[in-house]
Amino acid sequence: MPQYLVRLAQTHESFRKAELEALAELAGIDIKFDFYDEDSPFCILALPSPSSAATLIHRSILSLSIHELWARGTDYPSLHASNHLSSSTFWPPHTTSSFRFTLDSYRGSRPSATQRTLIDSFAYMPLTGRIKMSNPELSLTIFEDFATGATAPRALYLGRLLALSGRAAKTTYDLKKRAYISTTSMDAELALVTANMALAAPGKLFYDPFSGTGGFMVAGAHFGASVWGSDIDGRSIRGKGGKAKRDVVSNMVQYGLMSRYLDGFVADLTNSPIRGARGPGEDAARGGWLDGIMCDPPYGVREGLKVLGLKRDPGENGERLACVDRYMEEGYIPPKRPYSFEAMLEDILQFAAVMLVVGGRLSMWMPTANEEGEDGEGQKEIGIPMHPALGLVSVCVQPFNKWSRRLLTYRRLSSDEISPEALSAMASRKKRVHGNGENADDLNDFRRKYFQGFKEPEAEHTADRQ
Amino acid sequence: MKLLTLNFLTCARKACKATNAAFPLHPKDAELEIVEVELSPLFVRNILPRVEWEALRTLCQDLGLPQLPATAPEPGELFTPNPSDGVEGEGIEEVGEEGEPTQTLKDLHHVLLETTIREGKLVCGSCGHEYAVKEGIANFLLPSHLV
Ligand SMILES: [Zn+2]
Repeated sequence: MPQYLVRLAQTHESFRKAELEALAELAGIDIKFDFYDEDSPFCILALPSPSSAATLIHRSILSLSIHELWARGTDYPSLHASNHLSSSTFWPPHTTSSFRFTLDSYRGSRPSATQRTLIDSFAYMPLTGRIKMSNPELSLTIFEDFATGATAPRALYLGRLLALSGRAAKTTYDLKKRAYISTTSMDAELALVTANMALAAPGKLFYDPFSGTGGFMVAGAHFGASVWGSDIDGRSIRGKGGKAKRDVVSNMVQYGLMSRYLDGFVADLTNSPIRGARGPGEDAARGGWLDGIMCDPPYGVREGLKVLGLKRDPGENGERLACVDRYMEEGYIPPKRPYSFEAMLEDILQFAAVMLVVGGRLSMWMPTANEEGEDGEGQKEIGIPMHPALGLVSVCVQPFNKWSRRLLTYRRLSSDEISPEALSAMASRKKRVHGNGENADDLNDFRRKYFQGFKEPEAEHTADRQ
Repeated sequence: MKLLTLNFLTCARKACKATNAAFPLHPKDAELEIVEVELSPLFVRNILPRVEWEALRTLCQDLGLPQLPATAPEPGELFTPNPSDGVEGEGIEEVGEEGEPTQTLKDLHHVLLETTIREGKLVCGSCGHEYAVKEGIANFLLPSHLV
């Protein structure tokens, strides 16, 4: 297969390859990494065709562009030798095209005189078209890759620009320009990457059970998915402000994405109102009905799961509030109960296992350690949670100074990929010390649903047939 | 809150989830609002097999909306036949090969995505619990004695 050079952004290194793999999966493109290094912004892919290369890259957030690879070398003589070798393949269609040459030096800086000399060293190529700096038909780039502190590049490439990536969305959705955000809003770049990992696309149904200010909903909708969100904190769903209301809806309106916004509602994942897949003709292989779940569960379990009462505006609907049950009030404080972070992660996986369609994805953020010791000591590394019905697709790590977090992406397996042994082992596993007894029951519930083909509600269903 | 959303929600109480009576939730004192939404034929086509048709009919009945047909439209009723009819694919990429969206598809779009409950309550047919809908936002948090 022909080779292509992806010019990556040199940031969020551990996410870049997984993003490209996800995009290849989404577009059904056969992809092979011939060269990839986290320390380099240049990656070489084998792909079926230039058009597949353009398709692959057009919504990538962590790359800048993709190029047809014309030549590569470890120094200029070897780059030129490589260029001559492929001349009969690549040059003929472009000899009369308008063109431009540019130099892209990574971690190197070249004075403009040197740049000109380097570009002039390609003067032997039979390009007779006129030089055109903006929108030329042929855009050739010399890529130089310098090791840190090196005076000469360690690798050189020559490539023909095929397509730019979708990275401009990072700027479009910049939180600084978004009306409704909070301190826990995920930055636009990583929210968009998350949506890529989860394969958000037109016609699909996506859900965020911890939607907050709706960052993942915006990202999913940007890629065409229709989105639902819920949050245990009603204030985040209802938004802020009176007349000039700022809420998830106003964000969607700001970006022209309202046609993708379904609804936001107030709900708790452990007592979720969302139904499982139902109805006749259902089988286990079909799975549920959500195409994707994206979430960033509350990290600080203690803050996150404590739900605070909203200060009630006494002027508003005072009369109505007086005659409804207390729990119907806007300021109602839901009960708190002990709920460990690990139990929450398992609940999310369980929910995803039941609700996702086969092949549907869960992309979930989690810290790598919990906060057992307040002083940072005694932090307990949290293992990657697993579920027999979910295959782990990728693990990406975002390091910070004192901690790090991971983006975990899972795929809902089909029934013949799920090990019945693993399912029963999970079901019979002694329930872990979670502070509540629901988790093991939920696992049993999954097993029951799995073997009954996810027909709900089980109790009546069984009774009907007895 | 769209009727589509309601079709995917049941009572949040664990005891109710195992009963048929808890789904669908029944609107009470519902104030409806029609909100125009850009048509996405692809989305309507993909979502239709996931919709509980009987529950949607019940809901329309509860709300005094026009009666829906007894069975859900077949996929073939959603698009006018395309002369260059290819193999019917289940993937979403092939939608461009379909014909024009039919009135049936547009009607579904109107019911599922443009018809919304602005204010009211959603009542569980099993336990009778009422969930409030205010400004289109439903609240499914349970009081402590029901958790
Ligand atoms: Zn109920």
